[in-house]
Amino acid sequence: MASFSSCHTTTGKKVKSGNGKRLTIALAGNANVGKSVIFNQLTGSSQIIGNWPGKTVERAEGMLTFDGYDITVVDLPGIYSLSTFSIEELVTRQYIATEKPDVIINIVDASVLERNLFFTLQLMELEVPMVIGLNQIDTARSKGITVDYQRLEDSLGVPVVPTVAIKGEGIKELIKRAVETAEQNGTPEVDEEGAGEAGAERGQYRHRQRQGGRQHRYRRGQTTRFGDNLEPTIDKLAQAIEADQLDLEYPPRWVAIKLLEDDPDITAVVRAKSERLVFLAATLGKEIEALHDEPSFAVLAAERYSLAGAAAGEAQNQEKVRVTLSDRLDRLATHKIFGYVTAAAVLVGLLLWTFTVGNYLSGLLSNLFSFFATLDPKMSGSIPSILWNGAFAGLVAGVTLVIPYVIPFYLVMAMIEDSGVLTRVAFMFDNFMHKIGLHGKAIIPLILGYGCNVPAIYTCRVMGTTRERLLAALAITFVPCTARTIVILGLVAAFVNIQWALALYAIDLVIIFLLGRIALKVVPGKSTGLIMEMHPFRVPSLPVIVRQTWARTKPLILMVFPIYVAGGAIVQGLYASGWLDPINNAISFLTVGWLGLPVIAGVLLIFGLIRKELIVLALVPILGTGNLGLFLTPVQLISLALIGILYFPCIATLTTLVKEFGWKPALAISAANLISAVFLGGVIARMLALVF
Amino acid sequence: MSSKNMEEYLETLYALNQDGKAASTSEISHRLNVAPASVTEMLQKLADKGYVNYSPYQGATLTPMGFKLGEKMARKHRLLERFLHDVLNLGKDRVHAQACEMEHTLTDETERAFCNTLKQPAKCPDDGKIIPPCDLQFSSCEECQKWHGESLEKVGKRKANLVSMTALKEREEGTVAFIRGDNKVLRRLLDVGLTPGTRISVTRVAPLKGPVEIAVRGSRIALGEEIAANVFIEAAGKRGGRVG
Repeated sequence: MASFSSCHTTTGKKVKSGNGKRLTIALAGNANVGKSVIFNQLTGSSQIIGNWPGKTVERAEGMLTFDGYDITVVDLPGIYSLSTFSIEELVTRQYIATEKPDVIINIVDASVLERNLFFTLQLMELEVPMVIGLNQIDTARSKGITVDYQRLEDSLGVPVVPTVAIKGEGIKELIKRAVETAEQNGTPEVDEEGAGEAGAERGQYRHRQRQGGRQHRYRRGQTTRFGDNLEPTIDKLAQAIEADQLDLEYPPRWVAIKLLEDDPDITAVVRAKSERLVFLAATLGKEIEALHDEPSFAVLAAERYSLAGAAAGEAQNQEKVRVTLSDRLDRLATHKIFGYVTAAAVLVGLLLWTFTVGNYLSGLLSNLFSFFATLDPKMSGSIPSILWNGAFAGLVAGVTLVIPYVIPFYLVMAMIEDSGVLTRVAFMFDNFMHKIGLHGKAIIPLILGYGCNVPAIYTCRVMGTTRERLLAALAITFVPCTARTIVILGLVAAFVNIQWALALYAIDLVIIFLLGRIALKVVPGKSTGLIMEMHPFRVPSLPVIVRQTWARTKPLILMVFPIYVAGGAIVQGLYASGWLDPINNAISFLTVGWLGLPVIAGVLLIFGLIRKELIVLALVPILGTGNLGLFLTPVQLISLALIGILYFPCIATLTTLVKEFGWKPALAISAANLISAVFLGGVIARMLALVF
Repeated sequence: MSSKNMEEYLETLYALNQDGKAASTSEISHRLNVAPASVTEMLQKLADKGYVNYSPYQGATLTPMGFKLGEKMARKHRLLERFLHDVLNLGKDRVHAQACEMEHTLTDETERAFCNTLKQPAKCPDDGKIIPPCDLQFSSCEECQKWHGESLEKVGKRKANLVSMTALKEREEGTVAFIRGDNKVLRRLLDVGLTPGTRISVTRVAPLKGPVEIAVRGSRIALGEEIAANVFIEAAGKRGGRVG
């Protein structure tokens, strides 16, 4: 298989390769049907996969060579329709229309054929060359469903390839048919004008076509025929659009359908060019409504569904099956009592597992290291030896405190994601999430936040509105990620006790809830409701889990470890030179005076902005010992950990917030973090003093 | 039998029949604060008129015709409660008695005006009961809002009696008949397959007024309670029924 290329390949511009045979293939389909699994199979990439809808929030690109072609594969977000108004749907629609991939592979879940074909029909309406990957035929079989793919191919007029993506079955055939389909439709990149100049842009391609007389800018693919009650109307409007030569990106028939559906985006585009057509569409739409007693968009949706139902009914055979294990687990996970027990067990289990396994591994690794060298703070001696010593301490701290906890955490996290339990938790906690202005789906990014806040904030796109995304992101910044888990472990679990460590998670949940209530009042707007597909439970796949864990740990080792080493050296260097004191003293009124922390905390918290675990890791070279309990009281350990959780988003999180929401909301969220840390930190430190 | 008295009975039966069970004489007498003997007498009269199925030991259920009237009264009552609470700022404990008096004189035209002015409210303010859908044959709330004809009679009446999806229990079935609210939610529901006339069955109801999980077109979809409350179903079995 081909090598991985980053997801930052600029779309629109194509990198020229040796033989000039290039293709772009896009993967499209409903949420959670296996697009990313197939994408990974094709490109060898590590797109995040799991059993919940909304993992792919931005399109990802990878490369593949096949049959002499250099193929760019694009993984599009999972959507149910091209007509409603979520960001993902607009992005996908615009991508297909303007970037014009040479062929679309529509991944279809064979176990939910009818609903999936509803989307297939919409892709067909866009008249793009396409191939259907009939995926999860094994899941379908376990539900008693068998699909005659030959029959489906005949009735839709689109090549259909059965696949079991997770096992790699049918993938080769799928890509072969996709390339064939692209070849049949002609590939614009290797066009008559001599394989195009290096970096030939799509815009030029279009331009060329326009010069060569009036041509369609879209490809001639297959389309769908609606019933006799609608077809003449669509035809009439499509002809009027064609006659007007509006020079649109989309095929006229598709534009006609969208106008009849009252699609605001397309209506605006057409209105800018021809008011008359919009008026005609409105008149025709009224006729449909009068005839059917439904809004015209509902009539078209119903019509599509009846076509999808007919095609699915013809091709599939459903046998009665006994209650499966998946069904039984489902009953348990959504039971009125055991459902909550399951959810709690999953989350607490994840933490306890991380604590105990991590603790064990950490002990092993520390022993290993102390065999080679003992930690010894160098306050004097040559500068290189001080720095070396600090760097070594940083490395030891990283290896013994980070790796042993992060890997077990991500292993189990990947299992949880792949099993499908997250959608059940979302189902059970929907009304609870309403209390903080969100709905059940928001619990998925929140749980992911325990891994790392950055991807969790991206995942907030599963929420419908900007307001909900913002509220969810705010809550996520208060969720202790693995970095902060290390702070809790390194300070509290190690030197106070594990109960207090768990108590910190509980306190944190209360804080999230209270702040969510306040934020709800501050951020104006209405909440939307939950509409979520519930996919069956499945046995997590070991290769997927291992791969996912590695994909998440790799950047940590490659990019973050150098920070630990450099950070260790810098801290020790600064400490030895005495430069830390002015910084510490400058904010000691807060750290010492109000929060009751040791004076060194000032610098720790500043380092923690880079990576939260540096709060603990930097302490090691400064104190010269892993036994932090000798220098900090239990109260100080607990409050330092609490403040570490709350006080400010780390740089990576802050960058993500700015990227997703802009500076103002990002700073507002940061301010909420800072204020709550200062306020609650001081109050809780005083309360703790009474306990200890 | 005054029409007001009859309306009160039908409205009470509509509320008591919500969970699909027959209402007992004692429940009705308790609700209306009337002696059991007069309840029995009244139920017999209503049965004679074809509004109620009544037998002394099995209790009373509404016929499709009775359901229609009872639902209408419940709708007017609950819309009025919303108006009194939301617009006139009356306390939650004050609205019920007042609405009880006003509902009998409210015309259908005013009922529709209330519904649109209050932006198609889903639940009443005091006990969170679902406000039933109107019986007009509009395709959607948006069409109703845009309609400026003179006589509502031209619009026509819905024949089937509908129940909210949230009133269904696990394993109950029916077909999607009407989705209340703005078109945005309607479009999202259409996309996951809830087109009018689609057969659905309830597979799971989350506790504490949580979401409802339904089986539709071979898939399972979870709908938040506030969304499911606005999806009205022509239920299979004894619920509601059809008029004419």
